[in-house]
Amino acid sequence: MRFLPLVWRSLWRRKIRTIFTILSIFVAFLLFGVLMTIRAAFSLGVELAGLDRLMVIHKVSIIQPLPVAYQNRLRSVPGVETVTHNTWFGGIYQDPSNFFATIAIEPEPYLGMYPEIHLPPEQMKAWLADRQGVVVGKDLASRFGWKLGDRIPIRGTIYRTKSGSYAWEFNLVGIYDAEPGFDKTQFFFRYDYLDEARQNGDGLVGWYVVKIKDSSRSQEMAASFDELFANSSAETKTTTEKGFIDGFAKQVGDIGSIMMAILAAVLFTMLLVVGNTMAQAVRERTSELAVLKALGFSDLRILTLVLAESLFVAMFAGGLGLGVAWLIVRNGDPTGGLLPAFLLPSRDVAAGVALMAAVGLLAGLLPATTAMRLKITDALRKA
Amino acid sequence: MSWLTQIGTVTLLSLKTIPRRAGSSAVAIVGIAGVVIVFVAVLSMAQGFFNAMHSAGAPDRALVMRTGADDEMTSGLSGPQTDIVKQAPGLFRDGQRAIASAEMFVIIDLPKRSTHTAANVPMRGIEPTTFQVRREAKIVEGRMLTFGTNEVVAGRAAAGQFEGLSVGSVVKAGQFTWTVVGIFESAGSVAETELWCDVRVLQGAYNRGNSYQSVLARLDTPEAYDSFKNWLTSNPQANVSVRREADYYAAQSVTLTRLIRTVGFAIASLMGIGAVFAAILTMYTAVATRSREIATLRAIGFNTFSVLISVLAESLGLAAMGGLLGGALAYLAFNGYQTSTINFQTFSQVAFAFAVTPALLAQGLAYALTMGLIGGLLPAVRAARLPISSALREL
Repeated sequence: MRFLPLVWRSLWRRKIRTIFTILSIFVAFLLFGVLMTIRAAFSLGVELAGLDRLMVIHKVSIIQPLPVAYQNRLRSVPGVETVTHNTWFGGIYQDPSNFFATIAIEPEPYLGMYPEIHLPPEQMKAWLADRQGVVVGKDLASRFGWKLGDRIPIRGTIYRTKSGSYAWEFNLVGIYDAEPGFDKTQFFFRYDYLDEARQNGDGLVGWYVVKIKDSSRSQEMAASFDELFANSSAETKTTTEKGFIDGFAKQVGDIGSIMMAILAAVLFTMLLVVGNTMAQAVRERTSELAVLKALGFSDLRILTLVLAESLFVAMFAGGLGLGVAWLIVRNGDPTGGLLPAFLLPSRDVAAGVALMAAVGLLAGLLPATTAMRLKITDALRKA
Repeated sequence: MSWLTQIGTVTLLSLKTIPRRAGSSAVAIVGIAGVVIVFVAVLSMAQGFFNAMHSAGAPDRALVMRTGADDEMTSGLSGPQTDIVKQAPGLFRDGQRAIASAEMFVIIDLPKRSTHTAANVPMRGIEPTTFQVRREAKIVEGRMLTFGTNEVVAGRAAAGQFEGLSVGSVVKAGQFTWTVVGIFESAGSVAETELWCDVRVLQGAYNRGNSYQSVLARLDTPEAYDSFKNWLTSNPQANVSVRREADYYAAQSVTLTRLIRTVGFAIASLMGIGAVFAAILTMYTAVATRSREIATLRAIGFNTFSVLISVLAESLGLAAMGGLLGGALAYLAFNGYQTSTINFQTFSQVAFAFAVTPALLAQGLAYALTMGLIGGLLPAVRAARLPISSALREL
């Protein structure tokens, strides 16, 4: 601790160099934070998906509907807690490029199954009282400036109303918030309204979500559901919600691995720059270090001094970078709704801190050992 | 000595001495090369997707869907509606036969090769006229399907990206099994991600009766589009919307291309800032190690401007090397790399190849030179301002 001022002074020996080293590391970790966020966004909130929730979809593909009668048959399977169904509505608000998910659900069982969705009780009451009511995510409401009480026109792409038109209207009765990482851009309305008002698709729903009592039995429960409907006209395929989202994220592509490759390239480059600068800084001070040694500093102390210097630079600059990344991410998705789950996972923050320490140590190690092994006489003579 | 020769001499000197500063120069080169690789790679991904979507549309083809439908997935046309479409003027006719294909578009789950997880593979029911409508499509392996049977032909990209699509294999979708009898190519377009089968068999398999989702029509000439469209949209019985095939696919590529480009530019510019700092550090080091040399030059009469230019030239030289290296590596590593992603409009997979185009390489090089210029500026000013007497005394 006594030698902190010494470390501090040598750090500012060449101000410009230190500043630019700090800036390089700062940028690298800013990038780290942003990339990790994007990666998490592309994996579509997999971490949050429940293992006790199973998705029952049509075996051919999720776009094929299932009979609504399956709900009671699923309910009768022992070990099942709740069964609800969702129906993809494919609605468009003003323009197709304003894409967001429009889904017909059963309000009570659905919200019961997803405790990560927070809807004020009075808004829930209003929803149950209004068949045409809709509840939207906080991010979606702020994207289009919707307020409670607004009437929202939506153009259907799959379902027509009884009058044969594709024009649908909903009353905004609730705005939900949710746990971090849960998609807050969804548009939920009541299935009973859809079923009553639609001309086509009678008695058909999109897919089922089943909450089971014991998540460790998810595999056998899934198999038993599929067996139930085997050889019927609509066979099913059941997966855990996590497996389903994971599979869907994989359909988007190898975005995750591309991000990791980029990150590796950045960190490698950064390590080179910082390592080179550190080495340069130590080389310049050869005579000073020799003097310290001549004064009686031990080899270990010299090693510590040099390492402390590089570690300080890495941690300070890296911490700043991650902090700014966190601030940017907190501001929300810059692409305007293309990446619904936009947050910096705390696991990645921890990884970032570990990485900073590693960069600091690795960059300082070579010059530090060189400094430690310095022969006093050689070093003094060189100067 | 003239002004220009001065600049030339000093610049040459600093460029010639780069090998003496190999270590720190390499850092700048590698840093800039890294940025250029990422820049070119991400943009070539966007470009590849764009190419796959855009090469799908021929100027003399029109896509007919239900009024209000934005994609084939949500469109629906009855048999009589498609018959009306086939009577429209401007449609290319082979004798009495209208060259148009009434089609169905569904998706089936097939495992993706890279992840072994299920992916939404588009399956298109076609009519026998298809190959006269899509003239770029041709069977390259096996044979064409026999209409009226459960046979399919798979696109080249689909066969590469998904499991179990080689000639002779059997695809199970629900209770139906399809036999793959051939592989087709379609000029690298999005169609190559699809499976094609007889539309009438597909109608039966999906209990669709006599209904379709779209009609792809070949026109007499690209100019015949207007009369074709006007006739159909003014016919109340038809109740359809008409668009050029090219516009349809272009609209579908907008969202994803924008997403990739936004992410790509954001990452590349952040990385660029980092690389500029690396270049600044390198050039400061270069100036610092050469300070006595520079002071000597100044002492024997070289002016400050030529010193400034020489440092900038060195920085630009390093950046150019980094840019070329990065561009070459990106080309070798990514050009033609096959991958697939999901098209959110139709909820189905699109396979595409990364396309590293000359324009992208030029952009990468320009970006590298910009980084070099910015990185060299401050150190160049410092070199030019070096006080001669103290710099000579130093060391």
